[in-house]
Amino acid sequence: MIEIKGLVKRFGALTAVDGVSFSVQRGEVLGFLGPNGAGKSTTMKMLTGYLSPTAGRVTVVGHDVEQEPIAVKERIGYLPEGAPAYPDMTPWEFLNFIAQVRGIDRARRAARIEEVASMVHLEGVMRQTIDTLSKGYKRRVGLAQAILHDPEVLVMDEPTDGLDPNQKHEVRALIQKMAPAKAIVLSTHILEEVEAVCTRAIIINRGRIVADGTPAELRARSRHHNAVSVKIRAGGAVSAEAARSELARLAGVAGAEIGPSDNGDLSLIVYPKGQGSIASEVGAHVRSRGWVVDELRVEAGRLDEVFRDITVGRGEEVRS
Amino acid sequence: MSSALRRMWAVFKRELGGYFYTPVAYVFIVIFLLLCGVFTFQLGGFFERGQADLRPFFDFHPWLYLFLVPAVSMRLWAEERKQGTLELLLTLPIPLWASVAGKFLAAWVFCGIALALTFPMWITVGYLGSPDHGVIAAAYLGSWLMAGGFLAIGSFISALTRNQVIAFVGSVVVCLGFLLAGFGPVTDFLNSWAPQVIIDAITGFSFFTRFDSISKGVLDSRDLLFFASLILVCLFGTAVMVEVKKAG
Repeated sequence: MIEIKGLVKRFGALTAVDGVSFSVQRGEVLGFLGPNGAGKSTTMKMLTGYLSPTAGRVTVVGHDVEQEPIAVKERIGYLPEGAPAYPDMTPWEFLNFIAQVRGIDRARRAARIEEVASMVHLEGVMRQTIDTLSKGYKRRVGLAQAILHDPEVLVMDEPTDGLDPNQKHEVRALIQKMAPAKAIVLSTHILEEVEAVCTRAIIINRGRIVADGTPAELRARSRHHNAVSVKIRAGGAVSAEAARSELARLAGVAGAEIGPSDNGDLSLIVYPKGQGSIASEVGAHVRSRGWVVDELRVEAGRLDEVFRDITVGRGEEVRS
Repeated sequence: MSSALRRMWAVFKRELGGYFYTPVAYVFIVIFLLLCGVFTFQLGGFFERGQADLRPFFDFHPWLYLFLVPAVSMRLWAEERKQGTLELLLTLPIPLWASVAGKFLAAWVFCGIALALTFPMWITVGYLGSPDHGVIAAAYLGSWLMAGGFLAIGSFISALTRNQVIAFVGSVVVCLGFLLAGFGPVTDFLNSWAPQVIIDAITGFSFFTRFDSISKGVLDSRDLLFFASLILVCLFGTAVMVEVKKAG
């Protein structure tokens, strides 16, 4: 549904997007991750036909965005960063304007506006001017505008920015509900959001794609992937340091660290060699030594850690 | 109706409605009518002249428009940029020319409404004497065309900035240039040293000279063509500037 090849955008001497390529199929929810200024928004602005690329091609449902901008714009629903809307209009007037532009028949217009308003829970504020609405409601107006014509491709720049946890949950539920029938691209810097809604994540840094995979694949790059954390009851015969060195000597183990502990319990994190599974080995050792275990857990890996490693690490590499 | 025209119509309706969502439209119309009255009756000596025509009314229109029309046009693009709605508008399936034209036409029709509301003047002069209605109709048309010229210039300048105050001041200055190009003292000053070709070129751009003949009831196709092409050139420039400056 979306094909992006070798996309480049330069603003004078600054290269904001530097050779980005990816494609998105129907049913996919692509999370676009990256630090501020990494080129997420610029990529989305080129995808939606707002900015012209310096080089590269964008094709949406078979239409080239440079050759047939109107055909592309008809097929995309776009929520720009900050969810802009005309502040002097009411949501009803605003959505009615969008419906006219989008070519929704007069006969179906009111019903469709009502339907979308209820999908994003705008019913109570439809006759109030947009500038009097809270940030959460404004965001929902922007979302309603983007999905009004039931587009095949939905592009959202930070759809949950500024929402409270309940509203975030609602928006994510809505995205998941729409996902099977559409190709969705959303940018975010909230990592839990990627885990919650995205089938795939792309991490972009300094205008380049530095990682592309499912959230689980990205997590597997974490040092913590398949690590085992153990909590041992305090008052036993063993000291934290002794337990650490014993566990670090196990066959499948690469190393172990002492973690923070609250009530004097020993907290340890044991890292496997080459991401192998070491839970049974660690468990067996702990049992054989007779330590009283409060908790023994296999870590899935941390997306935030992967994100930081990739974006900060690469950054320093470039600088040196 | 083709889809591009339908979308232009949607932009037009939204924009025209936009004037009336806020008190701006009402304030503008009231001030316009008030100033029209003051200029016509106080400064223009409507009654003292003892003639059944609307010359004193129309003679002040260029000066009125100089300050009031930029107040209408300043928001056209500067506001979109400031609010961030420019990105929304330009990613909707509306061709750029349709947005530019739709917005301009809305502002023009709005000025037309304000102008039409001066109809009691016409009725008054018709009641007091027997004016040449053809001349008055032509003058109304000319006045509206001139407003269109001012608006198109204002639209172009509004596309250059995100600041409405700058758009307003810039438009006033440029429109003043177009007015003064044919203003008596200025042409007299030019006469003293500039060659005739340059004087003709400069006065050719003057709103004064053009409007003067129209307001006398002379609908010269060259004057109509002048305003029409001025509007088209400025709107083309608007589209170019919107396109060029959207990244910034």
